[in-house]
Amino acid sequence: MFDASIPRDKPLSIAILAMGGQGGGVLSDWIVAVAEANGWYAQSTSVPGVAQRTGATLYYIEMLPPKDGHAPVLALMPTPGDVDVVIAAELMEAGRSILRGLVTPDRTLLITSTHRAYAVAEKEKPGESIADPQAVDAASRIAARRVIAFDKDEAARESGTVISAPLFGALAGSGALPFDRASFEAVISEGGRGVKASLKGFAEGFARATANELPEARIANRKAVGIPETLGALDLDQRLARVRALPGSAQVAALAGLKRCIDYQDHAYGDEYLARLEALTILDARNGGAAQDFAFTAAAAKHVANAMAYDDVIGVADLKIRSARFARIASEMKAGEDPLQLTEFVHPRGEEVVSLLPAGWGRKVSASPAWMARIDRWVNRDRRIRTHSIRGFLQFSMIAGLRRWRRKLLRHDHEMRHMQVWLDLATRTLPKNYDLARAILATHRLIKGYSDTHARGLSKFDRVLSAVPQLEARTDGGAWIDRLISAALKDENGDALDGALKTVREL
Amino acid sequence: MAERSFAREVEDLRLGDGQEFRGEGILAITKALLQSGVSYVGGYQGSPISHLMDVLADASDYMAELGVHFESSASEATAAAMLSASVMYPIRGAVTWKSTAGTNVASDALSNLSSGGVNGGAVIIIGEDYGEGSSIMQERSHAYAMKSQIWLMDPRPDLPTMVHMVEKAFELSEASNTPVMVEVRIRGCHVHGRFRAKDNRKPAYTLKQALENPVRDVNRIVLPPASFIHEKLKIEKRWPAAVNFIREQKLNEVFGPEDGEVGIILQGGMYNGVIRALQQLGLSDAYGNTRVPLYVMNVTYPLVDEEVVSFCTGKSAVVVVEEGQPEFIEQALNTLLRRRDINTRISGKDVFPMAGEYTATVMQKGLMGFLEKHAPRLLGNRPPLPDASPVLNSREVQALANVVPPRPPGFCTGCPERPIFAAMKLVEKELGTHHVSADIGCHLFSILPPFNIGATTMGYGLGPAAASAFNVKADKRVISVMGDGGFWHNGLSSSVGNAVFNKHDGVMLIVDNYYSSATGGQDILSSRAENKKRATNNSIVDAVKGVGARWVRQIDHTYDVAKMRDTLREALTTEEQGPKIIVASSECMLNKQRRVKPLVDKAEQAGQPVLRQRFGVDEDICTGDHACIRLSGCPSLSVKHVDDPLRDDPVAAIDNSCVACGNCGEVAEAAILCPSFYRADVLRNASGWERFMARLRAGVISFLQRRRETGRHLFARVSA
Repeated sequence: MFDASIPRDKPLSIAILAMGGQGGGVLSDWIVAVAEANGWYAQSTSVPGVAQRTGATLYYIEMLPPKDGHAPVLALMPTPGDVDVVIAAELMEAGRSILRGLVTPDRTLLITSTHRAYAVAEKEKPGESIADPQAVDAASRIAARRVIAFDKDEAARESGTVISAPLFGALAGSGALPFDRASFEAVISEGGRGVKASLKGFAEGFARATANELPEARIANRKAVGIPETLGALDLDQRLARVRALPGSAQVAALAGLKRCIDYQDHAYGDEYLARLEALTILDARNGGAAQDFAFTAAAAKHVANAMAYDDVIGVADLKIRSARFARIASEMKAGEDPLQLTEFVHPRGEEVVSLLPAGWGRKVSASPAWMARIDRWVNRDRRIRTHSIRGFLQFSMIAGLRRWRRKLLRHDHEMRHMQVWLDLATRTLPKNYDLARAILATHRLIKGYSDTHARGLSKFDRVLSAVPQLEARTDGGAWIDRLISAALKDENGDALDGALKTVREL
Repeated sequence: MAERSFAREVEDLRLGDGQEFRGEGILAITKALLQSGVSYVGGYQGSPISHLMDVLADASDYMAELGVHFESSASEATAAAMLSASVMYPIRGAVTWKSTAGTNVASDALSNLSSGGVNGGAVIIIGEDYGEGSSIMQERSHAYAMKSQIWLMDPRPDLPTMVHMVEKAFELSEASNTPVMVEVRIRGCHVHGRFRAKDNRKPAYTLKQALENPVRDVNRIVLPPASFIHEKLKIEKRWPAAVNFIREQKLNEVFGPEDGEVGIILQGGMYNGVIRALQQLGLSDAYGNTRVPLYVMNVTYPLVDEEVVSFCTGKSAVVVVEEGQPEFIEQALNTLLRRRDINTRISGKDVFPMAGEYTATVMQKGLMGFLEKHAPRLLGNRPPLPDASPVLNSREVQALANVVPPRPPGFCTGCPERPIFAAMKLVEKELGTHHVSADIGCHLFSILPPFNIGATTMGYGLGPAAASAFNVKADKRVISVMGDGGFWHNGLSSSVGNAVFNKHDGVMLIVDNYYSSATGGQDILSSRAENKKRATNNSIVDAVKGVGARWVRQIDHTYDVAKMRDTLREALTTEEQGPKIIVASSECMLNKQRRVKPLVDKAEQAGQPVLRQRFGVDEDICTGDHACIRLSGCPSLSVKHVDDPLRDDPVAAIDNSCVACGNCGEVAEAAILCPSFYRADVLRNASGWERFMARLRAGVISFLQRRRETGRHLFARVSA
């Protein structure tokens, strides 16, 4: 059991990196208790500070048996390069421990959970800015002597406990401490509260640490998606065949787009989507698309679907009252036979209501500020719709029912015109600059959200595309648009985008 | 009601002679106070000494048994002034706070106390909040000790030494008629260790005796001519008495060989780090058997000249391990040796950094630098030092540096302060940004992303005071923030009274979460809980009206973002003159959960109807803009990837830790964000009637759903 490569003539040192509120203190207390129960001296310290709520915290433990009745002198903080075990209660905290020099290849066993709790910096950006887990994996491979990594948060949840239990189990299972399993479990049992669940979590951690898992399985990648053989209905499979006829690089998105359009409106809408895509594919092929892996068509498959299935009130109402949604929430809430109630938080504005009017009528109303103000006064307020009640359900059901007339409504008219202008720009650009045309399609990513968020997205979209004339002649024009897109996703108002646009103007 | 219950720790306080105490440093110190026969204890909570206060608060029955008076002081100034009970009477007293923040607040009383001197032992336990994880400005308490001639102890951070030094601190105080500060660093406060306990002692002279036999001595009062005599007394009597006591009682320790070419003079608090560095350099074992002589100053002020001289004599050089700046001890040593023409070289800040915590690596490098310069032979064949630099310089780890996100502390899940700042952000969008004068407390986290609100903090309860210059006609008003903790600590007079008196035109936001939350959830005057031993439920609104405020709004449910926003807007735009005060109250969620959750669990198990609530995000409606997160930052509101080839950006998601505070829904409404938020309520142990009605509704709805879903191909947008 005992791992002989850890020298015993000096204290065995353990650093725990956790987030405030994760129970790092409990884990630290358990480790001290197991050492003391085995006749060792153990010392733990921490810098949690009472106010350090969700911030990164470090606990540090040293242990050594007494010699001739003398207690050892133990350090209060870790020395980089001199730590035997690092326990990280979250994946990026494992990364932080490596950056702090606590994990070194000659010494350190790294026990980490692979789950993520995203930091505010990762969450607040309007786009994707989640830290790359592979970077932690790559660094831990060269930094640690040995790594025990699995999703201990999941293990804890399955056992109905908190993450300290499976972490403690993994520590016991690793053999890094010369104490037997029973003494670890005894420490948990003495704790009093939630003992059964903690022991279960401990056992899970222990088992996972002793099982030889493939290192490749350490950090799950996003699932790869393919095209199925059949969609389970003849009429759908005929459309699936049309998807298969598209360039390979576009098929996955095209199938998703097809489904999205059918789900959003009807089969005819799905056909409309495919027809648009097929027309674009022909243009693509004519402009050397084969050499570019049909990147233009692939981008169109994704973004034309999003443009056609724009986020509107009808779609929201439709999604809110589906049986699948009710079932999903009931299972997430573990509702069982107990009554489940759902409250939706919506805040319609005059614009949304007017957008549901027939196009001609709606245009007239929106041209009249007096009418717009009046309608806004009528409808603009917080509304909590209780979709589990028949009344609330019917409210949404009525709105969702407008789907049948959607194509004739003002919003649809707006969206289709907007899409046409955008596609025209892309197809016009295609013969001149292939990659730029592809990037013009990709710019649609910026259009998202509802009300103000949607308006902000549209403004960013327009600002990015305003750079197209300057970029037409440049071979790196597409790359520049890509850069503008990522700048636009960096902050809410598009300050980074304005900066990047300035650079483009100075090219 | 403090954040945790200290029932078990209270039991540790009762340990008797010969029994072994195992636990945290600050609790060992608490036990040492009782072993010393202390009569009264006061203080103001704050990291890292909150536990001392909390344990004593929980131990009040036992304290009464021992005849010890304990109180939570209104501020550190109050605590320091409390020590005046030891001025005239032979009564032992102790107070505690976080330093240097608390020492600053206390300094008026401290100066008076140390000038007149004390009769009974007066001890101040200060949690020195310096270095990693500190929440305050980086300064040293040493300066206070020197300027007021208060003696300063800095014991080795092992429990027996800490306990022994606290006991000796009372004796030193009495022997020299001077208050004594015992400085314990953060890690020392939180260190887990053990010591042999002694019986607790009832006070030899009680407060009751003092009250019934009053004494006065004009010479102890800071009034001329006594004040001039005090200074003379300090120098001529109290100082020498202290030095004699320290020497006779051997409070400072010498370790290692008697003779040595070189030596190390260190603050007691640095001892463990020095031993570890020496061990790494091959000059000590793990049990403290060092080959380099050490002079460990468990008392860092005053210096015991004879001891220092005798340690330095015969050595070619000594190094002073003194954390922080300026290097007071090193300077004093130089003066001392020069005066006696002793030519031992004094090293210190030449090999150690002037500023910053003495981490393991700093210690190693500093001592190595000293030895290389003055005794390279000692280093012998130089065992390899622990070194993480090859790893840190590797490509993979360098790449990691740009990946790992910072993780500063923030508002907890369900924090009632979050909606307040969300509302401020919404007002900002309408009226533009404002100068926001912030204060100390959890609400200070609003300075960080995603809120980015707040320009300065000048001290506890001083947020509005720090806005006082901005009382001029302008198109925008200044906003200041203060917590209920700061309000009662200092804010009522320094901030509110001042603003009323000077007809300040700004907006003052008082964040009331029912506790002194940032320090661990202690009760304060306006706490809503009934507290047997304290007078709670004193309204902040009444208090501000009592000092003359006119425009006062109370919001008793901060989660009402729209109301919060409208009230702020009104405060910023009203024609009314004078301070506009908004008291925004909702219970600290951390404390509330701790209080309510066990009750709810119990009720559910007992078969009583219980509503379980949680918020959720419909991931096929969410478009991944994260505007909701920018108005929240809640730990339970996060993002997740969906396996949807049509989408590039992760969507919002709410995890199981959600406590259904309501902020998400309110913000989505008030900010007109998006309709993807929902609240799910499950009624556990519902009555037969409720079940029947629910089934009926579900039946009808399910019929309607079938009707509208037949003939359509519905695909889940997300296959995750």
